[in-house]
Amino acid sequence: MRLSSILIHVLAWAIASLWIIPFMGVFMASIRPLSEILSGWWNFQNINITPDNYINAWTNEQVPISRHMINSILIAIPSTIIPIFTASLAAYCFARFSFPLKNMLFLTIVLLQTLPQQSVVIPLFIMLSQMGLLNTLPSLVIVHTAFAAPWTIFFFRNFFATLPVEVEEQARVDGASDFKIYYKIVLPMSLPALSSVAALQFVWVWNDFFFALIFLSGARELQPLTVAISLLRGRYFVDWGLLTAASVLTMAIPLLLYALLQRYLMRGIVVGAVKG
Amino acid sequence: MKTRRTTIIIFLLPSILFLSLFVIYPMLYNFYISLFKWKVVRIESFIGLDNYVKLLNNPQFHRAFINNLIWILIHVPTTTVLGLLLAVLLKRVKGSYIIKSVIFLGMVIPQIVVGIMLLFMFDSDAGVINGLLRSLNGFLTSVGLTEFSFPIRSWTAYPDTALPALIIGSIWIWTGFAVVVYSAGLEGIPKDLYDAAAVDGASPIKTFWHITIPMLRPATIVVVTMTLIWVLKIFDIVYVATRGGPGGATNVMAYMMYEQGFVFYKWGIAAAIATIFTVIILAFSVYLVRSMVRR
Repeated sequence: MRLSSILIHVLAWAIASLWIIPFMGVFMASIRPLSEILSGWWNFQNINITPDNYINAWTNEQVPISRHMINSILIAIPSTIIPIFTASLAAYCFARFSFPLKNMLFLTIVLLQTLPQQSVVIPLFIMLSQMGLLNTLPSLVIVHTAFAAPWTIFFFRNFFATLPVEVEEQARVDGASDFKIYYKIVLPMSLPALSSVAALQFVWVWNDFFFALIFLSGARELQPLTVAISLLRGRYFVDWGLLTAASVLTMAIPLLLYALLQRYLMRGIVVGAVKG
Repeated sequence: MKTRRTTIIIFLLPSILFLSLFVIYPMLYNFYISLFKWKVVRIESFIGLDNYVKLLNNPQFHRAFINNLIWILIHVPTTTVLGLLLAVLLKRVKGSYIIKSVIFLGMVIPQIVVGIMLLFMFDSDAGVINGLLRSLNGFLTSVGLTEFSFPIRSWTAYPDTALPALIIGSIWIWTGFAVVVYSAGLEGIPKDLYDAAAVDGASPIKTFWHITIPMLRPATIVVVTMTLIWVLKIFDIVYVATRGGPGGATNVMAYMMYEQGFVFYKWGIAAAIATIFTVIILAFSVYLVRSMVRR
């Protein structure tokens, strides 16, 4: 038993190290000069650590990462806050009230969770262009809010269904309005669910590439990080230092959120969020 | 009850509006678009299902569909089995939480970055995979087996290695999901089942086949269907790593839809691809939801 246990530990940690190699490679390349990257980031003799790649990426003339990071933040924050409010309100209805067509409506919403972005992108392109919103940040906020609805409603409804109704009923007897009950009682009790949804939706929007690629194609100065780094890749010559530094900066915020809110993010992805 | 009705309408309205205006209506509108011949963002003429007929006879579309299929047939069994074995293994490992978190990292970062990582890992000069193969070749030469040495090249630039490289990347991303879902599933199996099996003298392998696997059925359904849907939708890593190339070797439906729609502006064809794509994915979605409701 002893030996097999040691073997299992060695195997498990070996797999974990295998999984971490791409991160190590990207990080090592981002802090070394190109000549050293080309002779292999895994060679540790004559190592020179330099911040140049980060400085180049951050202040790049064509694709300034600093600028694009601000864009990512400006897109992700409203695209997280708005759906949380709209979806939790709707989910509360599904969890507590009965109304005609409720089950059919809920089933439709649940089904739409997996809808690919490609399914709607041409019509949305036409509609947003008619609304004069193409190549503006609000276009992305609207689209992300709509796309968040199915999974956030599903997630919140499942969470609300686990909350005890007694407190709400007591408040209702005391004359509180439905909105007051939702706002003063249900939301404060739902902090774990709110955190999960907020963390996951933020990361989802941050990581999104396709919608930003299409709806901001004519506004380079508004594009988020994901679109920006796809532009950094030269067609024939690749500046690995620049590209890896930009990659580290692009994934820094999702990784930071993951480090801080890991429990919520993992549960979000696994339990409710069957999206991607 | 009149006030209750008002509450319901007000609470539901924002979500329903967003959903119907920006998800459901565009989905139907897309089908409408696919029935027309387009000339660079302008409708030219109604052609019924002609775009679909054209697609079904288009070798490029066949290639994309087959690539999706190959991708699924390699990726889904690999991550499912790997996820299950790792989940079982990690139950007996100290610090398994850290290992799980590490394997899950791919789920959290942008897929665009994963695409760049793939280019980097498989690059002929800067990539660690070719570095490894170079040392292997050195060894083979030293023992006189030079003819067996591996070609050193950027995997994403060659038709025969580009797709495998991308599939390795997608496996790297999504194994974490399978591990975490299966780990949660394992937690849910009552311990008495194993105790009873032990009393009956069942071997560990028998216990695994007759208790663990059947009890994990719901988890397996979620892992398989979700992974399948994700892999079908794969786009970002293809876009950044290969643009569907070289020579269509890594083209997939999602990428072909983008290329037809927003590089060539053939909206009729692109919308037809999108409709086919939507139907396939919603079919899997219906299956998933039905099996979840039944549970």
